[in-house]
Amino acid sequence: MKFTLSWLKEHLETDASLSEIVDTLTQIGLEVEAVTDPAAVLKGFKVAFVERAEKHPNADKLKVALVSDGQTTHQVVCGAPNCRTGMKGVFAPPGAYIPGSDFTLKKAKIRGVESSGMLCSERELEISDEHTGIIELPDDAEVGSEAAKALGLDDPVIEIAITPNRPDCTGVRGIARDLAAAGLGRLKPDPIKPIEGEGACPQKIALEFPENKQDACPVFAGRIIEGVKNGPSPAWLQQRLKAIGLRPINALADITNYICFDRARPLHVYDADKLNGVIRARLGKAGETFLALDGKRYEVDGEMTVIADDSGVLGLAGIIGGEETGVTEQTRRVFIESAYFDPIRTAMAGRKLQITSDARFRFERGIDPQSVNLGLDYATKLITEICGGKPSLVEIAGQVPKTDRTIRFKTAEVGRLTGLSLQPDDITAPLKKLGFKLKGRGKDDGGEFDVSVPSWRPDISGPADLVEEVMRLVGVDKVPATPMTRPSGVARPVLTEAQKRVRRARRILAGRGLIEAVTWSFISRSQAKRFGGGAEALELANPISSEMSSMRPSLLPGLLAAVQRNFDRGLGDHALFEVGQAYRGTKPGDQFVAASGVRLGTARPEGAGRFWSGDNRVVNLFDAKTDAEAVLMGLGIKTGTLQVAREAPGWFHPGRSGALKLGPKNVLAYFGELHPGLLAEIGLSGPVAAFEIFLDNLPVPRRKAGRTRPALQISDLQPVRRDFAFVLDAAVPAGELLRAAWGADKKLIEQVTLFDVFEGGNLGEGQKSLAIEVTLQPREKTLTDEEIDAVAAKLVAAVEKATGAQLRG
Amino acid sequence: MPRRDKGGHDKGDKGAWATTLIITMSKPEQIDLDKLEQELLAAIEAAADLRALEQIRVGAVGKKGRISGLMKGLGALPPEQRKTYGQAVNALKAKVMEALEARKEALAQAELDARLAAENADISLPVRPAPLLEGRLHPISQVMDELTEIFADLGFSIAEGPDIEDDFHNFTALNIPPEHPARQEHDTFYFNERQDGSRLVLRTHTSPVQIRTMMSTKPPIRIIAPGRVYRCDSDQTHTPMFHQVEGLVIDQETHLGHLKWVLQEFCKAFFEVDSVKMRFRASHFPFTEPSLEVDIGYAKQGNEIRIGEGDQWLEILGCGMVHPNVLKNVGLDPAQYQGFAFGVGIDRLAMLKYGMPDLRAFFAADLRWLKHYGFSMLDVPTLSGGVGA
Repeated sequence: MKFTLSWLKEHLETDASLSEIVDTLTQIGLEVEAVTDPAAVLKGFKVAFVERAEKHPNADKLKVALVSDGQTTHQVVCGAPNCRTGMKGVFAPPGAYIPGSDFTLKKAKIRGVESSGMLCSERELEISDEHTGIIELPDDAEVGSEAAKALGLDDPVIEIAITPNRPDCTGVRGIARDLAAAGLGRLKPDPIKPIEGEGACPQKIALEFPENKQDACPVFAGRIIEGVKNGPSPAWLQQRLKAIGLRPINALADITNYICFDRARPLHVYDADKLNGVIRARLGKAGETFLALDGKRYEVDGEMTVIADDSGVLGLAGIIGGEETGVTEQTRRVFIESAYFDPIRTAMAGRKLQITSDARFRFERGIDPQSVNLGLDYATKLITEICGGKPSLVEIAGQVPKTDRTIRFKTAEVGRLTGLSLQPDDITAPLKKLGFKLKGRGKDDGGEFDVSVPSWRPDISGPADLVEEVMRLVGVDKVPATPMTRPSGVARPVLTEAQKRVRRARRILAGRGLIEAVTWSFISRSQAKRFGGGAEALELANPISSEMSSMRPSLLPGLLAAVQRNFDRGLGDHALFEVGQAYRGTKPGDQFVAASGVRLGTARPEGAGRFWSGDNRVVNLFDAKTDAEAVLMGLGIKTGTLQVAREAPGWFHPGRSGALKLGPKNVLAYFGELHPGLLAEIGLSGPVAAFEIFLDNLPVPRRKAGRTRPALQISDLQPVRRDFAFVLDAAVPAGELLRAAWGADKKLIEQVTLFDVFEGGNLGEGQKSLAIEVTLQPREKTLTDEEIDAVAAKLVAAVEKATGAQLRG
Repeated sequence: MPRRDKGGHDKGDKGAWATTLIITMSKPEQIDLDKLEQELLAAIEAAADLRALEQIRVGAVGKKGRISGLMKGLGALPPEQRKTYGQAVNALKAKVMEALEARKEALAQAELDARLAAENADISLPVRPAPLLEGRLHPISQVMDELTEIFADLGFSIAEGPDIEDDFHNFTALNIPPEHPARQEHDTFYFNERQDGSRLVLRTHTSPVQIRTMMSTKPPIRIIAPGRVYRCDSDQTHTPMFHQVEGLVIDQETHLGHLKWVLQEFCKAFFEVDSVKMRFRASHFPFTEPSLEVDIGYAKQGNEIRIGEGDQWLEILGCGMVHPNVLKNVGLDPAQYQGFAFGVGIDRLAMLKYGMPDLRAFFAADLRWLKHYGFSMLDVPTLSGGVGA
């Protein structure tokens, strides 16, 4: 919403400076987005007189003009067809910056003739798009004075943001009322008086809505003014409209636009001679179309309110009028429409047809229903003043909807909700200035009132709304910052176990040299399908692009895409991770948190790339397994007891991947090398090791009552270490052998470490050798050789039984 | 059973050349002890290494050495000579032993020196950086941890909710009925219509967590809810996904003054300045009444934004008292319960504090950006150590 300072002051009597006004607007919720002073841009541009203009000796379309700025006469080469002797225009001296052309003027020779300065067009000054000729100023413009003043551009333009709850402030008078209530002056009395008119309105109006949809247009009023002479509107009106960025059209159209911005009261004017029969507000019918003022043809439907006559739809109610019945310079009889259209229906129709207009902007926020007559009277006044003519009586269909609402309001509510402590008058005075009427309840009202809401404030529906009005007008800065009491008792951890896990997982992975990325929650559908997702229910109906249309089933696709982009930038082998949500379905419980990571090429914890120490082997599944176990261990899982199953999903290499499981159904993590086929599909030259940890699947540790650790039990007895080497079938997993070894004597065996894996040599086809170191920890007394041998024999037997392994000789 | 090799010392050879150096014994009294002493001490002094020295030792005091020979011959001497000569031989032996010992030490030292001199590494060779210095946390994670720490101190706990929301939690319960113009402003991502005609959405703000919390928890409530939010908007300054933190307090007495205090405390703690210039402006949101927007004052020096200085304003958050309709929608009586809510953009906060110029880069996963703006895992925000890194 834009307006100028002088326009505001037509409604507000105030001594306040521009900066006070701007600050107050922002404080009270009418946030100032921009203040532009066109005079500042045009400083140095002068009103000039063309003493002589003659044809350029070397060019047919150019002229050489002698231009006086009151002090000096400049020779200027000008290409405008309207440049002529005796005219007044806007002169820019050399050195001036021409805003519309974005250059700084210099003296120059044009086709051999010296030119110092220029005469400007409206486009060059960014006043309008007009560029067919140079600006012609009226004869009374004072030569040598600032051009901005002569152009009526010495009026600062203020642009404010309108929150959707304030339809009243889509008009300058509403803004003035707010400023007055905030103590910045006085709202001037409204000069618009009812104009009765003469003779019945020859144009009949009808409302034709089904019983249950009458609220689409409860009231439609109009009148005809006969014998108008339409043409360009007067300078003051044109300047106001231009200042706020509207293009003047003709007086009748300009007047309705002006009232729209002045009073938040959209009107529409028709050339009455082009109307056929009764003018009707009704719902549209499928298939009906109309040609709108913007030159486009629109198709309406049964939910949209239209204005029609016997020939069909003329325009879309409250949004845009029709081309065929619009006013022109030839219009002699004008019909003015002033109606109230339902905000929701207007908003939906505008949204559906994608038409934005100043009328829609106001109707969909809810204009003042009581302004029907005011709008007609104001338009009648301006039209008869500017275009002449005789107004008829007002024709009205329907009734102005009732707007009187009363709210029971205790002034104590202000203190309860804001902490402001105010005197009753501080509360009631600003409300009254806004147009609220307060009636005390009983003799000693106890600060309790019946507050009736003015018709232009549809947003006010309860006591909290009144509190907001008081707060913003008294000043938000008056609200005292009040310390909150801390909850009593000992500070407790505010993070749940699940929340702590997420935070820890991040720092563990960063500590292992991986770099955290945050990637989109949506990926392409094909990628989603590749990673086990892509269900119809998880597809966005209106994605930004097809690359971002499916809710991700896994974090890996996003990470792989990131790795690939980095690789394409030549950034070499690196490791990324992300901890975030992925989606199995649309229910809240279908969202899960994963900690996933990828390592490309040689990106191992020891460091990626080539290095003099020779440590640059490429990543493999064990790097991913280490990452996964590191996180799980860090989150309190005893990873030695997890099952390792060959169950990783299809995007992993089938032989070089696995799942870490807690029980048969609970997968805590997948790890492995990614499937070479997948890498080829996404264009990564691998290898890539990856892991996915499902943080929600981790058991929540039971919180112990106390913090005391169990007593430390240490033995003074020396541990005994023995090595064993076994030969077994190469297909038997090492894990089985280790588990059997661990289980051989749970009391004495403290540690089993696999320190050698060997295939080939003289072992024979399909055989391998596994060597383990076993640590025995005696608890009560030193072990004798016989006891040690007994444990060893038990271990060998257990391993043989579980895996078929033979002790190597 | 294969036995672990316990290892042992290499005892070395034992004077393999000793025999060749044995000097034929003469009669003891014929020996000139002084000459012998000079001879031996000179030989000791001249020994070039430990092996040569050992030979000299064996030749002098070994079983068949010259001094040992003299000692053996003592018995054959007359008693009157035996005593004085014996003493002289013993003195000689002690002297030689001492010289041997001294020389041995000197040679050992020289040998060690020579070895150390030879073991001279190029200490300028680079080593791999520790992985924990290479790894990084994303600024979003870091700032979320900072927020958690600050608000935990103010008594807030963390609440969470799903990204895929229904119309009720994202809009209707928050006093945004289906035709409300605010729905348009939200640029909502929709899922396809379900069988009952309803459509799920990607939450456009973290406010649905307010609703979920109020419906599942009894007041008093004091939470923040950080998380991802989504708007169907993508340009220079907007990304279709970003992060917000929601704050909610519900009890029987909390008012706007408390909100103001909490936000001031938060801004001071977060930006680590003693005073932050804050401007509270009246505004409008469907889910709060009264509603405010908050700007903070800053100065821009080159690329750097300095909070708490200067006279420029930057909008950072929206807030207000929870709307009575919202309270009713979750089954709380607005006459009894009241409280405030606020919502801040986390990405925005990170940009302001750490100076990233472009929001879009947050989600581009460019390694160079992540390394530059990311945080070490050791930068854990704590009240004692500071919430900035």
